[in-house]
Amino acid sequence: MKGSTIVGGNRRRSGWHLDRRGRRALPGVSSGPRRAAAPRSGWALLALCLTAAIVALSLCGAGATPTNRNVILATTTSTQDSGLLDVLIPIFEKETGYLVKTIAVGTGQALAMAERGEADVVLCHAPSAELEVVRKGAVINRQLVMHNDFIIVGPSDDPAHIKGIKNAAEAFKRIAEAKVAFISRGDESGTHKKEKEIWKKAGITPGGKWYQECGLGMGQTLSIASEKRGYTLTDRGTYLALKKNLDLTILVEGEASLLNIYHVMQVNPEKFGKVNADGAKAFVEFMISPRTQAIIGEFGVDKFGAPLFFPDAGKDEAALGK
Amino acid sequence: MDLIWDGMVQAAKLLLSLDPEVLRICSLTLRVSGLATLISVLVGVPLGLFLALTSFRGRGVIVGAVNTGMGLPPVVVGLWVSILLWRYGPLGFLGIMYTPAAMVIAQSVIALPLVTGFTMAGIQQLNPKLRLQLMGLGASRMQVLGVLLWEARLSVLAAVIAGFGGVISEVGASNMVGGNILGQTRVLTTATMMEVSKGNFGLATALGLILLAISYTITQVLTIIQQRGSRRD
Repeated sequence: MKGSTIVGGNRRRSGWHLDRRGRRALPGVSSGPRRAAAPRSGWALLALCLTAAIVALSLCGAGATPTNRNVILATTTSTQDSGLLDVLIPIFEKETGYLVKTIAVGTGQALAMAERGEADVVLCHAPSAELEVVRKGAVINRQLVMHNDFIIVGPSDDPAHIKGIKNAAEAFKRIAEAKVAFISRGDESGTHKKEKEIWKKAGITPGGKWYQECGLGMGQTLSIASEKRGYTLTDRGTYLALKKNLDLTILVEGEASLLNIYHVMQVNPEKFGKVNADGAKAFVEFMISPRTQAIIGEFGVDKFGAPLFFPDAGKDEAALGK
Repeated sequence: MDLIWDGMVQAAKLLLSLDPEVLRICSLTLRVSGLATLISVLVGVPLGLFLALTSFRGRGVIVGAVNTGMGLPPVVVGLWVSILLWRYGPLGFLGIMYTPAAMVIAQSVIALPLVTGFTMAGIQQLNPKLRLQLMGLGASRMQVLGVLLWEARLSVLAAVIAGFGGVISEVGASNMVGGNILGQTRVLTTATMMEVSKGNFGLATALGLILLAISYTITQVLTIIQQRGSRRD
């Protein structure tokens, strides 16, 4: 304990003490008569700090906006990564006064949030999984919004020779036979569900070193496929948006079963009382309104020369792509 | 390499043009991580003192838990806090999921073991005779604690630096409990991650550089305070 600051006496400067060099030193040590023993003072200090922490937290929570104005939108990464929501959400917020909390996750998580009543409205692209949730009664008012399509992309030298094949299952078969790297989302997203559907149709259970599940979003999956010179299934929107950074070309496209169909649906307020039903309903109506549909149809044309999504509100789902 | 250069240019542009969105993201990052560090210090320093100075049955288990907690994975914390704060979770009535408050809670949990552990180690490193000497001089318990903290100030500041560094750099928990919502809960790390998945590598690099600059500035200030404290004369 070199340079200790404890100096006895010197009571005139109560509270402050001088060390040997006369510098002001640490306050708080007085050499006065020892206070009545306070064996619990350590605990008291701890309790005091805990209280302070809780007060600080609650102050910070008090700044949050009232919950009824908030609409939690559980959606897929593709709608956020393509930039479409950055265009649509501000318009919706301005028109209705609601504040949208966009939680961009995989379709699996978005639907799981809906099933637990943790979201108000869902926008995603896995029709069969969605219908399952509708059947369970967790979501209502499911409406067709738009579609784009899935494509199979890969390195331009195409080692598995799938270029131009019209049938996705056939292309998958050739990739599996050639054992060329295939990067799977592996995250129960809408894209992953579609991919599994195609493997099933091809009669193949993918596995082995060539089949790599990355568990990441579409953008990063494309980057990995590009780096590893592998194939992957992607939605056209994300591919077009990221094309400039990728060494991948479109190899298979155009099959009707490759359509990527987006629906919007609100979480059932009768099942989950805490859901913001009015906000959710307003969002569903906004997404299928003619004005929004027109914006969707034009989105991306200026940047990529082609629209990223095709508006479909009011159409018959079965007639799409025909 | 051109991406890093791109990022530097873009970062400078964003900062010099005082881009309102970037400023808002920076300010939220600082407020959330600063408040979380403050809370973890208010709880962690006394807790570290307590663990360093007492011996009781089961202390070893708690110390082990604190030391394990120093490497607590942010995503795990994010998941727990989400489960607690979801509408239908035990604390759902608070209605703070997807708000900065939720991020402060998660980050405080991440920083707490770091602050506690460093404080505890620093206090334990002091000569045990110091405490006896202080008590012999008639210091009250609070005074003893004050002097011990002062003597261990290097470690306590290291605790603050570690806690702050731990939370300002984490992304998993913030993303999960905050939701990376534009204008509400988007902080520098979650924005960087989103720009990467959008393929805007230049902008992502820029945001990363801004984060590093902020983190460096604050840590440097803390370091200057710390090193000044270490000068012995």
